[in-house]
Amino acid sequence: MQRIFLAALSGGLFGAGLLVSGMTDTTKVQGWLDVFGAWDPTLAFVLGGAIIPMLIAWNMTTRRAHSLVGKPFPPRPEPKLEHNLVIGSVLFGAGWALAGLCPGPAIASLSWGGTGGIAFILAMIVGMMVAQPIKLRIDRIAAL
Amino acid sequence: MIETDWIWGLVGGLMIGLAAAVFLLGNGRIMGASGIIGGLVDRTGLGNWAERVAFLAALVVVPALMLPLYAVDVSTNITSNLAVVIAGGVLVGVGTRIANGCTSGHGVCGISRISLRGIVATVFYLLAGGLTMALFRHVFGVI
Repeated sequence: MQRIFLAALSGGLFGAGLLVSGMTDTTKVQGWLDVFGAWDPTLAFVLGGAIIPMLIAWNMTTRRAHSLVGKPFPPRPEPKLEHNLVIGSVLFGAGWALAGLCPGPAIASLSWGGTGGIAFILAMIVGMMVAQPIKLRIDRIAAL
Repeated sequence: MIETDWIWGLVGGLMIGLAAAVFLLGNGRIMGASGIIGGLVDRTGLGNWAERVAFLAALVVVPALMLPLYAVDVSTNITSNLAVVIAGGVLVGVGTRIANGCTSGHGVCGISRISLRGIVATVFYLLAGGLTMALFRHVFGVI
């Protein structure tokens, strides 16, 4: 029960933060990426602001044995840079620019995003469903 | 950009970081939106489905409840070009799952951990986003 409550608290804060920061407005995201147009630096303040509490939080994990609910903290992933990380990030970046939405703000704006917002979420879900077969194919090509 | 936008960006950003801190210190998990959604979509994360659903439900409900507080327009201003919206959505879905993270997981949680993977992912999605913007706005004129 505690972990459900904490997950809801986190999701609620995340949604509130996305709305307050302006990240649910696609023009602000596209404005940040539009370095050759009317560049909007807001996103840098959002990312910078979000990193501050997390720097403290990661530091706190080194002084605690486990999380509040008793689950161990996520292990540090191997600093391995494989093709999937790069290819996936490039595809994500392209889609992010086209629609001006990433997964968090897309879900947060569900109640007022209209048909365009819903179409984005449905398309994203379809993309997530076909990602695994695509990933396996990329792996096979990379292994050649 | 309106002059006070950066202040709201910073305040909202701090809230996003606090949300990620609650998920990490509370539940021992990385707050990555694409991972939380994707694990439900491809069923790889059904083991803790209730936690995911609670997170996503609050993510929808809390901003919805805050909307009446806003006197200004909070429209998403998403393009009416449905083909662009769908292409964007599919690319975001495929890309975040292949890269195993998006702006929240790789960006917020990864950079703050000084994780090489998070930093590299962020560099590549920013570069790809900037290039896509330059091409599709200033060359093709579709967005």
